[in-house]
Amino acid sequence: MFIKEYFGTIFKSIKSLLTGMKLTGYYFTHLNKIVTEEYPDNRATLKMAERFRGEVIMPHDEKNEHQCTGCQSCELSCPNGSIKIITKQEIQADGKKKKRIDTWVYHLDMCTMCGMCVEACPTTAILMGNEFEHSQYEKKYLKKVLNKPGSRLKDGVE
Amino acid sequence: MILGEEDYITEEGEFVVNMGPQHPSTHGVLRLKVWLDGETIKKVEPHLGYIHRSIEKMSESLSYRQYGYLTSRMDYLSAHINNLACALVVEKALQVEVPARAQAIRIVIGELTRIGSHLLWFASAGLDLGGVTPFFYAFREREAINSIMDENCGARLTQNFMVPGGIVYDVRPDFQSRVKEVLKQFKDNFHEYNEILTGNVIFQNRLKDVGILTKEDAIAFGCTGPTARASGLSCDIRKMYPYDGYEKLQFDEVISTGCDSWARYEVRMAEMLQSVRIIEQLIDNIPEGDIVAKTKNVIKLPKGEFYQRVETARGELGVYIVSDGGASPYRCKYRSPNFANLSAIPHIARGYKIGDLIAIMATIDLIIPDIDR
Repeated sequence: MFIKEYFGTIFKSIKSLLTGMKLTGYYFTHLNKIVTEEYPDNRATLKMAERFRGEVIMPHDEKNEHQCTGCQSCELSCPNGSIKIITKQEIQADGKKKKRIDTWVYHLDMCTMCGMCVEACPTTAILMGNEFEHSQYEKKYLKKVLNKPGSRLKDGVE
Repeated sequence: MILGEEDYITEEGEFVVNMGPQHPSTHGVLRLKVWLDGETIKKVEPHLGYIHRSIEKMSESLSYRQYGYLTSRMDYLSAHINNLACALVVEKALQVEVPARAQAIRIVIGELTRIGSHLLWFASAGLDLGGVTPFFYAFREREAINSIMDENCGARLTQNFMVPGGIVYDVRPDFQSRVKEVLKQFKDNFHEYNEILTGNVIFQNRLKDVGILTKEDAIAFGCTGPTARASGLSCDIRKMYPYDGYEKLQFDEVISTGCDSWARYEVRMAEMLQSVRIIEQLIDNIPEGDIVAKTKNVIKLPKGEFYQRVETARGELGVYIVSDGGASPYRCKYRSPNFANLSAIPHIARGYKIGDLIAIMATIDLIIPDIDR
């Protein structure tokens, strides 16, 4: 009785293994059903989702103008202090002094891509970009200045 | 490390082994100190603290809009449901009415998270017990779910899709058709999981009658979620204390009385199908309307204590907030499901072989960052 049970279990195990192997065999012979993406090789065709949060970007138009007024609501809303805005006083054409941004410092190494800064921005000056390959050899390269040199505030944005 | 009296080996053939903190089957940095007599486990002692980030303390310096994002880093596989708990406690304190559209979308994405979490558990349980192939089949569906998250929430794991009062932005117009597509793919392929892993006699023999957690023990250790439901304990928060619109939905609470690892396996497999049922009820009936209720720019909670519990993929998560009327919590405490479930391991592993400890840990489905916080 014991021997019968012993061999019975072995046969059942082999049968269940073969059921699994059949499934593997099915996908082995149906190559059109393969779903894996070979990531570094498909860079040319890889398209990230539109809303994917990869990094904070500040779009500039063709006249090198951005929309950041330096109100610092992004700096306040950031939970881990990865945004630092340094402002300056700029003399306008009509002689009045106004607050403008000097440098918009973005610490990518501290950012958790929560997207709260973009949500808080009243002028949609910053957006979340799709770029996700941020590897660098040294940490200092992860500290970025988002406003381009010589850029200025777009007219009409307050 | 100072050795205590109990660390000395008293009997011949007895020895102490460290499992972890860098052991592939602990899925993280959990260190289990195991006292062995030959291959038989005499005692297990979990050592924590390898991934402690003091999330509760950090929450005290963040606003009520910000503090939820840290919970995505606790139980990272049900990040959306953790964020929901944080949003719900604020809504409860402010007595905000959440728009019906936001509620429906929250539940759909929450249940998708639950399916995704259980799929990863299925994959890693197979992997722990020596079957590498099921991993790829489970990840095929998980990838489809993750791409829905990617398109609608903006991230695959740490969605951060929640604000107190609703959701951050509306879902894309193709949300409904995409979810239906993924659910169809999941249902069509579900039989493959049964073929490759559930029906496998070797896998069954490793789980059956291993790690018996009786109903009394489950209550005593405070186990929740599928772990406790496999011991016959009815503890689904969605049924017992319905929140966020779950009371309108039809679904069964999966309960098994097997008490062993195999019962825990079956409960989780059946729960995935229940989640599909919930989503199918909602996906065609997402009401139109607002996605977020109006709240103040700087949210201030009234003075007092607030508690809210939700059912994550692993059990009951409780958020307890003490407010002094300010813009950030005075004290924030999380009751995490994995911490309670971990406390059952030393009890139920005693007397089994060291290989069975892997099976017990695989079916209890521990997420280590949730234990340490």
